[in-house]
Amino acid sequence: MDPETLERLDCLIDEAGLEETDLIGAMQDIQRELNYLPEEAMRLVAQKIGVPLSQVYSIATFYKTFSLEPRGRHLINVCMGTACHVRGGVQILEKLKRILGIDTGGTTNDQRFSLEAVRCLGCCGLAPVIMIDGKFHGKLTQKGLDRILEQYE
Amino acid sequence: MKTCRTHLLLCAGTGCVSNGAFEVMRSLEEEIKRHNLTEEVSIVATGCNGFCERGPTMVVQPDGIFYQRLTVDKVPHLVEEHFLKGRPVKELMYTEAKGRPPVPRMNDIEFFRHQVLIALRNRGRIDPEKIDEYIANDGYAGLARILKEMSPEEVISQIKKSGLRGRGGAGFPTGMKWEFARRSAADLKYIVCNADEGDPGAFMDRSILEADPHSVLEGMLIGAYAIGASRGFIYIREEYPLAVERIKRAIRAAEEYGLLGERIFGAAFDFSLRVVRGAGAFVCGEETALMASIEGKMGRPRPRPPFPAESGLWGCPTNINNVETWSNVPVIILRGADWYSSIGTPSSKGTKVFSVVGKVENTGLVEVPMGITLRKIIFDIGGGIPGGKRFKAVQTGGPSGGCIPENKLDLEVDYEQLAEAGAIMGSGGLIVMDEDTCMVDLARYFLAFLEDESCGKCVPCREGLQRMHEILDDITEGRGTMDHLVLLERLANTVKKASLCALGSTAPNPVLTTLRYFRDEYESHINEGRCPAGVCKALIRFSIDPEACTGCTACRKVCPTDCIAGERKQPHKIDPDRCIKCGACHEVCKFNAVRKT
Amino acid sequence: MMTIKLKIDKQDIEVPEGTTILEAARMLGIRIPTLCHHEALKPYGACRICLVEVRAGTARASTLVASCVFPVRQGLEVTTDSDEIREVRAGLLELLLARCPGSRQIRELAGEFGVHETPYTPRDHLCILCGLCVRVCDEIVGARAIDFSFRGQALDVKPPLLTPAGTCIACGTCTTVCPTEAVKLEEIARVPYGHAVSETHPGERCRVCGTHPTKPEFPANYDDWFPK
Repeated sequence: MDPETLERLDCLIDEAGLEETDLIGAMQDIQRELNYLPEEAMRLVAQKIGVPLSQVYSIATFYKTFSLEPRGRHLINVCMGTACHVRGGVQILEKLKRILGIDTGGTTNDQRFSLEAVRCLGCCGLAPVIMIDGKFHGKLTQKGLDRILEQYE
Repeated sequence: MKTCRTHLLLCAGTGCVSNGAFEVMRSLEEEIKRHNLTEEVSIVATGCNGFCERGPTMVVQPDGIFYQRLTVDKVPHLVEEHFLKGRPVKELMYTEAKGRPPVPRMNDIEFFRHQVLIALRNRGRIDPEKIDEYIANDGYAGLARILKEMSPEEVISQIKKSGLRGRGGAGFPTGMKWEFARRSAADLKYIVCNADEGDPGAFMDRSILEADPHSVLEGMLIGAYAIGASRGFIYIREEYPLAVERIKRAIRAAEEYGLLGERIFGAAFDFSLRVVRGAGAFVCGEETALMASIEGKMGRPRPRPPFPAESGLWGCPTNINNVETWSNVPVIILRGADWYSSIGTPSSKGTKVFSVVGKVENTGLVEVPMGITLRKIIFDIGGGIPGGKRFKAVQTGGPSGGCIPENKLDLEVDYEQLAEAGAIMGSGGLIVMDEDTCMVDLARYFLAFLEDESCGKCVPCREGLQRMHEILDDITEGRGTMDHLVLLERLANTVKKASLCALGSTAPNPVLTTLRYFRDEYESHINEGRCPAGVCKALIRFSIDPEACTGCTACRKVCPTDCIAGERKQPHKIDPDRCIKCGACHEVCKFNAVRKT
Repeated sequence: MMTIKLKIDKQDIEVPEGTTILEAARMLGIRIPTLCHHEALKPYGACRICLVEVRAGTARASTLVASCVFPVRQGLEVTTDSDEIREVRAGLLELLLARCPGSRQIRELAGEFGVHETPYTPRDHLCILCGLCVRVCDEIVGARAIDFSFRGQALDVKPPLLTPAGTCIACGTCTTVCPTEAVKLEEIARVPYGHAVSETHPGERCRVCGTHPTKPEFPANYDDWFPK
């Protein structure tokens, strides 16, 4: 990792706070900044907050937000809520897997998309729904997915 | 605040926004400017109004006219007709069904008519980002009252008398919980708001935080005063970015107004509040796991006792309630426990917010008095099942809840009645299912969800859910035997009795209730190798009815494996060997010619 | 200190406040099987094998609680063996036997409850994820060299980042507490010692005694070395 990035992470952690209670928040900020948690970042956060590396690694693997591998430029979150399930969410996920050629949790070779199945996004009126980079696309059909993905470079 | 003749309350909840509410808002602003109406008409972006199905929606005040399914191209006509010429636009009003007369006023629409708003009192009425608007609607008056007139014990006795019970799941009496925390002697006590809303199909907490964040802050302040806490946390899902933003903004505003901090309202009462973002773990909705997460650890539940009221965050007495519970508190203080307890049933007082979702006409968020029947919620408010399909079941309480069949629809909703039916109130998700929902598949869905979200600490939950999932895989994939059902029930009971926390001990509920009410569906899968609802892939076959097929080629074009053959205007055929049963052909066929058998 | 009177399997006993049911039962010589419990460590309550029935004073129905974590209460009536308890324990042991069919200890305990085979597809673990190794490394040794990672069925005990933790001192305490011999201490090649559930931590023979394994840079001043 280059010194500039390390410095940036150093600042991020300082801003999040240096108590144990700030640990997860700091890791969330790093995840958002880099799209994943590289090993050096985990060592840095452990050292700065003063917790064992084992605790950082446990948290990084326990919570779904974190990714140990770099994610693609666009993150597709497919809602796995019950309303989406009964309105055909599974077919949408299957279709996305086929289009992108990756499995849930995977990233396309060109680093364009990462695909995740997530807990209910809480907009069941739009079921079945996906969220790409924070933007919702609802009332989906298998047919309409290609056109939605075209919007993301 | 500027006084205008007309206020346009445009819903800016997530549902409406993704249907283009902000584009509509910009267009409204332009048109209003073009007609020189800016001095007379103001636009307020409110939190979720609840009627997500019809978004984007807008209420025109003071007349209470409700507009729905707004689009940018309809705005010029609307502004000219209604706001310039004073003629409400019928085409944009709600109609119950095609050909029925439009219902102009919001309060006359069936969806809104039966609702009683307490927790959602300010939804769609105020701008959630302006503390002044909350204050103008009796906001922080409850806090002012308790600090001036009431002792902590009096506050607790009011809450006890009101009969308020926790809205997050188990329904524990809130006043009693506060009393336990009050009695624990300690220098430092904590208050926590559980906003880690996780039940799939439930989004009331998100909606309250987005539409009325100050109601939650005020509730927490009242609770903090009552138990003697000086610090608080709001634990909120990171997947709710708008709610996180709104609550942070609300905290800043309250700090500026001296409503948070030291010597609040000049009284000897200090309280500070922090937001902690949940990092994606359903189990953190469980209070001991939530506390571990706030402390900066893995969110794994620990055994109780000790309860958080004795030993919670960092060993200090801690009181945890969920968002909806907190937002009820200020109203109870202001309007009195007697008023509150006059609503509801003998055991369950007040109102409950439900999200009515799934196979239902009017998807949305509703707040109704306890004791209302499920039938009324689903058919009167929810508008029944779309597409002329038959109602099959309603699932309440999320993954910990159960499926309630048609013959129990007249059950009067409260904590006890739902428990009797094998379900729970939970956080208030009502997922409606029709004849196309397979109950075995649904049970499998919930197990897959919980198996994935289990922390893995205790044996029954970690190993048991995995094995229950395997058994249901066998049944839905055609390998099931009747012995599987016996084993499934036995295992469900082991998991229920032996699990460490509520995630595990309630996890078998969807399986047990579907076995209780829909055993015939399990038996069809096992004995006939058939999925009656046509959902379980391994047990269904797609074919094209040559009589109904018009040869439009739509199915052939969408098939990902090119297994559909046929000439234009000739009946098509599916090659079953290459069909992956993705259902794309079924989805596009306009003539109902693609059959699932 | 306050004392608490309760009944365990119809026998009266008086114990100090804060005692767990398991501890009280052991004082009476009543055996309650456990897998994730160790006297030297804080109670954990994860294996659930130690479930017992409790009934408080006036309550009609009894409930099942994990005796290793449940503190005694005034007037509590505890039953440590009943059809229901045996059934639940058997159910749990069927699950554990399917997870660790090769473990002698699990097979023996399962046999006690009449479980000789499991109705589920067997896997081939030895570790039952009781967390004793993790907890002893934290609470007693203070090194925190291993911890849980992932969750649910993917839950595992690993050193952080899957590389040998710098804080492991190769003391081998984890191997001592493991109830299923899933953690092993072995001499790898000539000098370094390795141990852990599925990973290896390097170490070497103690320069003083020549017998026990230690960390290569183990300092003379023992107290300063620990992170805490």
